[in-house]
Amino acid sequence: MQDLPDPRTLLAPDRADGSIYSDPDLYDMEMDRIFMHNWIWVAHRSEIPEPGDFITTFVGPHPVIVCRDRQGVVHVMLNRCRHRAATVCELRRGKTASFVCPYHGWAYGLDGTLRGVPHQEGYSGHLDKSSLPLVNLRVEEYNGLVFATFDETIPSLDSWLGRAKPWIDLFMKQGAGWPVKTMGEHKFTFPGNWKIQLENTTDAYHFPIVHKSFLDSVDQETQDTLNFVGGKGFVEDLGNGHSVMVMIPELVDLDENLDAPIPERFAELAAGLSKDYPSEKVRQIIRAVGGSGFNLNLFPNLACSMAFFRVLRPLSATSTEIRHIAIGMDGGPDVANQARLRLHEHFQGPMGFGTPDDAEAWDRVQRGSLAGKNIDILLNRGLGHEARRPDGNLYSDVSAETGMRAAYRQWLVAMTDKAFPAEGEGA
Amino acid sequence: MSITLQDAVALIALEADLLDHGAFRDWLTLYTSDGRYVVPIDPDVEDFESVLNYAYDDAAMREKRVERLLGGRSISAAPPARTVRLLSRYRMLETTDATCTLRCAQHLMELRQGRQRDYAANVTYRLKNTDGGLKIDLKVIRLLTATEALTAVSYIL
Repeated sequence: MQDLPDPRTLLAPDRADGSIYSDPDLYDMEMDRIFMHNWIWVAHRSEIPEPGDFITTFVGPHPVIVCRDRQGVVHVMLNRCRHRAATVCELRRGKTASFVCPYHGWAYGLDGTLRGVPHQEGYSGHLDKSSLPLVNLRVEEYNGLVFATFDETIPSLDSWLGRAKPWIDLFMKQGAGWPVKTMGEHKFTFPGNWKIQLENTTDAYHFPIVHKSFLDSVDQETQDTLNFVGGKGFVEDLGNGHSVMVMIPELVDLDENLDAPIPERFAELAAGLSKDYPSEKVRQIIRAVGGSGFNLNLFPNLACSMAFFRVLRPLSATSTEIRHIAIGMDGGPDVANQARLRLHEHFQGPMGFGTPDDAEAWDRVQRGSLAGKNIDILLNRGLGHEARRPDGNLYSDVSAETGMRAAYRQWLVAMTDKAFPAEGEGA
Repeated sequence: MSITLQDAVALIALEADLLDHGAFRDWLTLYTSDGRYVVPIDPDVEDFESVLNYAYDDAAMREKRVERLLGGRSISAAPPARTVRLLSRYRMLETTDATCTLRCAQHLMELRQGRQRDYAANVTYRLKNTDGGLKIDLKVIRLLTATEALTAVSYIL
């Protein structure tokens, strides 16, 4: 039997071995220990608003159906017929009363119950339908974010999100008083390990370097707003691998600072909205359109990133799919939601002015990490002045790698059930 | 006299040639001032403004896209991918003396960082007669793989 890699030999509090981006055995361990034993984000509430609405997606490598049943309960079910394992649904999204396997016609209800088996008499009474539903995962929801897990024993989603919850609530203020809804997505792959992307969402350091050409394409006021490295922002470890990177402190709470001047780039939009909304509401909508001033990284696969959801899906040790899901105001003014769509298109996606440059940098990390052996990836930026908040959260400056250290600390816990001896609360 | 297939094809062949040879500033002059360059995600959408697209460029965004390709400050476009595109299967859907709508197939090969990729697309053009001659008023590139996971496209389709 082949020896599994020992994750403890690959990671220290301030560095990691380059092989963590490419070792296939380590990847298989991650798919089991991380993606089958933690809460994995699968959907936003607005994607399945009504009974019968469903989407298909993945929990790690496992294809699943996320579906709202007649009672309004959300189910996350393995997309696998209990007979001969065929997927029962290949549509990305839709509305249905049942899922019928195309191979032999086994039919399942919205909650996964096996309802119909053609020519059941062929089993001569040896088929107990009640024992063969679509396999349901455990499902919990927080503020519209739907998570699932294979593990019946891990603590509740509520305690898993823990100190990240107030930041989720702040992020959802982009609804400007309306519920947040998804508005389509950009989906792309890059030839590299998923953790490279996990790191990037908590990496402010790269922004002015990688995104020079994006910054060239926006007005001076926006450039000034995005000139946050060296500014008053911070990165904070929220526990359980989650972290927040506050780049623009003035845009943490979008319901505050409503007296702040409306940015020039939104002047025309504000003038249009003023015909239908009072001044205070216009300012709230405009602030929502601009997006939040922080990235909330939720271990392992979701980020609430400024103005969109970033979802990662590992495809192999050296290939990752990323989705950038646009969000908007459910019931809010069309012109404001359209403004958000144009902002999303400007930066995100395979033809955006930001994403392709990010993808190029990640691609290079992957290729460069194959050079040599036993050479470290550094994770020590901002460590020298890292400190603790009164509530125990570690924090450092905006360009610190505190968020990456938080994620890797949780990675090690998940992979080994043990933390670093010197780490932990109060250390 | 209605815009002929020959005149329409001459314009879009010129566009393809300019894009494959990096003449991006010349490319800008082929469009009307309120023309749009669109790469949708949803294969069936017509109201591009109301939905998320890969690209929905007015004149200002087209200029920014060109500056990004020429500016040398984008790591995914320094230098831009090299491309060769073939257009064929032309069909004039409607034509008058003022405007015409033409649909064709495009097969584009891309080379960057030693990797060759290809993209097939249905492309619809709305062309318009102006004082400055025949111009592109709308170009809609419907990628065959638009609903799939793409890779970075740091050039103009």
